[in-house]
Amino acid sequence: MRFSGLRVLREGLTGNKGWAPHWRDAEPKAEYDAIIIGGGGHGLSTAYYLAKNHGMTNIAVLEKGYIGGGNVGRNTTIVRANYMQPGNSEFYSHSLKLWEGMEQDLNYNAMHSQRGIINLCHSDGQRDAFARRGNMMIAQGDDAELLDREGVRKYLPYLDFDNVRFPIYGGLLHRRGGTARHDAVAWGYARGASDRGVDIIQQCEVTGIDIENGQVRGVQTTRGAIKAKKVGIVVAGRSGQVAAMAGMRLPIESHILQAFVTEGIKPVIDHVVSFGMGHFYISQSDKGGLVFGGDLDFYASYASRGNMPMMEHVMEAGMTLMPMIGKAKVLRSWGGIMDMTPDGSPIIDKTDTEGLFIDCGWCYGGFKAVPGSGFSFAHLMGTGNHHAPAARFRLDRFRTGRGIMDEEATGSQHNLH
Amino acid sequence: MRIECPICGSRDRREFYYQGAAVALDRPAPDAGEAAWDSYVHLRENPAGETRDLWHHEGGCGSWLVVTRDTVTHAVHKVELASDVKGAMS
Repeated sequence: MRFSGLRVLREGLTGNKGWAPHWRDAEPKAEYDAIIIGGGGHGLSTAYYLAKNHGMTNIAVLEKGYIGGGNVGRNTTIVRANYMQPGNSEFYSHSLKLWEGMEQDLNYNAMHSQRGIINLCHSDGQRDAFARRGNMMIAQGDDAELLDREGVRKYLPYLDFDNVRFPIYGGLLHRRGGTARHDAVAWGYARGASDRGVDIIQQCEVTGIDIENGQVRGVQTTRGAIKAKKVGIVVAGRSGQVAAMAGMRLPIESHILQAFVTEGIKPVIDHVVSFGMGHFYISQSDKGGLVFGGDLDFYASYASRGNMPMMEHVMEAGMTLMPMIGKAKVLRSWGGIMDMTPDGSPIIDKTDTEGLFIDCGWCYGGFKAVPGSGFSFAHLMGTGNHHAPAARFRLDRFRTGRGIMDEEATGSQHNLH
Repeated sequence: MRIECPICGSRDRREFYYQGAAVALDRPAPDAGEAAWDSYVHLRENPAGETRDLWHHEGGCGSWLVVTRDTVTHAVHKVELASDVKGAMS
């Protein structure tokens, strides 16, 4: 089933009776060439690129819940490539390019909207740092424009420019940044993978990983044992528990990150706006809700919900930056479970077990990485070699101290990012 | 979330600063080797359920505390002075 404007028109005129499910809800087979543990955005894109780029179609994605029910459906949907550190910079640059071709590639409307991201600065020092970051983004081949105060006012006239504590000095505009419909990204990759023969198996929780003589043999699940020559762990939020089934301990602590959405209102915020000094960022969904968030609650948690102090902090930061949103009623808040690594950067690597691979540690930046992570992880699983843009996401960088990617320069230590 | 400080009593979570896993009480010897230090500095059990971590009562008495709590429910089960826990370990 292909989507097209003509098809939408025809279905609209004929009662929408011709639509079929977008992917097959498969039953597990006894054996596969490869198994992906985790049917989130990264797992589904890994399966898609394994099938598309590496010809591996006898594979399964095992999801303990349902497709799109984890972090891929719990984020604030921001897509960008404004990183600075070698390793991160080329990876997110590659991922953004994949975003730009994804909807055509998948024949699926992910509502990718390059509405532009504006990071605000409030001091000369911060403006200098943004100028440096912008230059490094341009050097990577991506886009960045430094805006002065009047430049920001042109786009965001509703900000409190003369705030006493955080007057607005300017901003860094990344025009190719924006948002996407997160559920559609999961569904689009699921459909693309399923069409190529990948089995997407929901309600199938992995309970053990079978290893013999240092070689992975398959997995135990709530729906029986499944053999496989290769297994990829892609379960950000639960990485520690699944890795423990293979006897591994990871350099990861799970933390909670909250997000909020208001009732739908008329279009008012055209961009993604970030207020780093207040740990606040916001965009408006196509449905009209203001989607915003802040910083981690900053204690280890798997609760998928946060506590009141951070909610209060986020609301205060929002009101400080743009008092006009004060009358919008908050509809919902929720929390996502973040795989936090010591240096704030992710991991895509082999493990000590032959045939077992891991993709984890996305901290609070996993959504924009969905296409890039799947592409690079599929390359690693398919060829056995690291994919150049993700080659620095090594698991052993903490042990050796070599190749730490500390984007925020706060130190490579837990609880600092 | 409220934490029962052994010195100050039940206080709002905002008075406390989270210092990470209580593994910090079990510092390896300087010559313990790379694997032991990697394990201590980076690797974590990261349990979904009962955990022990260190909190600093920075907005109160200044004590370092070992908090036994549940990472799934946010229930706090036990709070001890880190100095007492460390003393009992030696």
